[in-house]
Amino acid sequence: MGKPELNLPNEKGEKRIEQTLGKRRSLLSIIVAKFLQNKLAVFGLIMLTIIVGTALLAPWIAPHDPDFQNLRNRLAAPSGEFLLGTDHLGRDILSRLLYGGRVSLFVGFVAMVGAVTIGTTVGAVAGYFGGLVDAFLMRLVDIIISFPNIFLLITLVAVLEPSLDKLIMVFAFLSWTGTARLVRGEFLTLKKREFVLAARTIGMSNTKIIFGQILPSAMGPVIVAATLAVGGFILAESALSFLGLGVQPPTSTWGNMLTYSQSVTIFRTAWWYPTFPGVMILLTVLSFNFVGDGLRDALDPRVIEK
Amino acid sequence: MSTATLNDSKTNNDAKSDILLEVNGLKKYFPVKSGILQKTVGHVKAVDDVSFFIKKGETFGLVGESGCGKSTAGRSIIRLYEPTDGQILFDGEDISYLKEKQLKPYRKDIQMVFQDPFSSLNPRKTVGTILEEPFRVHNLYTKAERKERVEHLLDRVGLMPQLRDRYPHEFSGGQRQRIGIARALTLNPKLIIGDEPVSALDVSIQSQVLNIMNDLQEEFGLTYLFIAHDLSVVKHISDRIGVMYLGRMMEVTDKRTLYKNPMHPYTQALLSAIPKSHPSEVKRERIILKGDVPSPSNPPKGCVFHTRCPQAMDHCKEIVPTLKELEPGHFVACHLYE
Repeated sequence: MGKPELNLPNEKGEKRIEQTLGKRRSLLSIIVAKFLQNKLAVFGLIMLTIIVGTALLAPWIAPHDPDFQNLRNRLAAPSGEFLLGTDHLGRDILSRLLYGGRVSLFVGFVAMVGAVTIGTTVGAVAGYFGGLVDAFLMRLVDIIISFPNIFLLITLVAVLEPSLDKLIMVFAFLSWTGTARLVRGEFLTLKKREFVLAARTIGMSNTKIIFGQILPSAMGPVIVAATLAVGGFILAESALSFLGLGVQPPTSTWGNMLTYSQSVTIFRTAWWYPTFPGVMILLTVLSFNFVGDGLRDALDPRVIEK
Repeated sequence: MSTATLNDSKTNNDAKSDILLEVNGLKKYFPVKSGILQKTVGHVKAVDDVSFFIKKGETFGLVGESGCGKSTAGRSIIRLYEPTDGQILFDGEDISYLKEKQLKPYRKDIQMVFQDPFSSLNPRKTVGTILEEPFRVHNLYTKAERKERVEHLLDRVGLMPQLRDRYPHEFSGGQRQRIGIARALTLNPKLIIGDEPVSALDVSIQSQVLNIMNDLQEEFGLTYLFIAHDLSVVKHISDRIGVMYLGRMMEVTDKRTLYKNPMHPYTQALLSAIPKSHPSEVKRERIILKGDVPSPSNPPKGCVFHTRCPQAMDHCKEIVPTLKELEPGHFVACHLYE
């Protein structure tokens, strides 16, 4: 065993090291490239950009006041003035869709942030500390999962009087369990990795290890779950609003715009009224699912780390 | 007791201040739980009554088959595990049962180099961040000083300082292991525990890393606890060697004595398994051990090695042999020498 090469003068060492390192690719560029390969995901991302963009810009691009009623113009078919027709009170459906999108997306995003925050924290603490803490938190998760969600939602919303913030809180409270289990699983494997042990041997605090060392590596699945969750919340809000228990009129959401499609006359005579909100829900949830699937493949650690 | 003999020996041979680490009767049992109520149904005796000491500036090699508890011993010493019983004296201070907060000053003094260079560096952080973390945890130095130190460390382990902005996945196994060594050095430790630091590397890279470790030991006056299963690696780097089997220490002595005059039948069998490195070497007779290593959750009674020992006697099955000093500095736990 001769003296190792690395004790040679620096110039030679540099060459050798440069050779072995090869082309430089950052983690992000690998992920982006992988994501862009998935055509459905890219389609979803473009759709979402348009949907979110138009919802945000609603006050400027909506052709009419969404709440302005014109009973003479009830259930008017799509025309030059009302591109997507009018509803049973003569309101412009396009404008209501744009404004309704803001509410639906807002509910989806905020509920997702709430659910992911609770779920990540609970899952991280349970997975990292293990033992009794883990057992207690996971039984709590089991209990919450066992609630019959839709009935509980209906009851809670009925008791609490429906409002946007209560709706979001109920959604977040009932939906953090999936993320918690996911994050716990990630932590169970990651906490045994040697870089975590190394952090412990330098005396790093548990809080810093959990949030600074392990969590960044566990975020991949969480981001995927969060993306899919937004779509799920939009659906849930639509369902509740459809039943009249969600966001109350005159505020429009995609869900409560569908409420009136329950009436057979409207369904028969004004196809545009239920169709467009339905299509918006479908497109949005579908796009979120496509993007979620794309992210799942792109963030797969087996792809990134090698 | 083995403890007593150990203590006697070192007061005879060396001044007490020469000892950096002393392990007395260390035990680490992992509970085996089952059922909904997580009742403890048994224990895996990973480390069972292990004693040894390491002098300042020396390299102590800890060898044994996989699963013999050598890594568990190392992790207990650095207090990644809570010892079940026994005593860990570092520089004369008992650190075996300190709480994490009281332990923090000692965290600077004992560091570890890990086995798997692919999992020992956080994949989401740059090398610079990884190497600065110890400073941040202990609030040492200013930003500029940290940067300078990190670059110096990288240079010391043979990597260009410019590489501080790169991520671990951009390095090869050997380079990552050198980064791991640099991290262990950041806090100027007294003792570095190498937990199979070269086992995952190619043979050519192994010698590089071993040589770096040797150079650094001279430069910084480091003491090493070197855990390995590869006898030729241990022979290359160690001053004294401890041989473990199934959670127990079988033999402890200096390198030359161990390779020339192994006394424990297990050590003899291990050494006979080293392939010849040169054709002119005298062919050793291979001692083939029969059977498998018993489960550490249900170790044999008496001497744990008696199930496979070619020279086992009747009372080996009943009485646990203690580690005794047979010659100055040569400790053996075997009934053959009583």
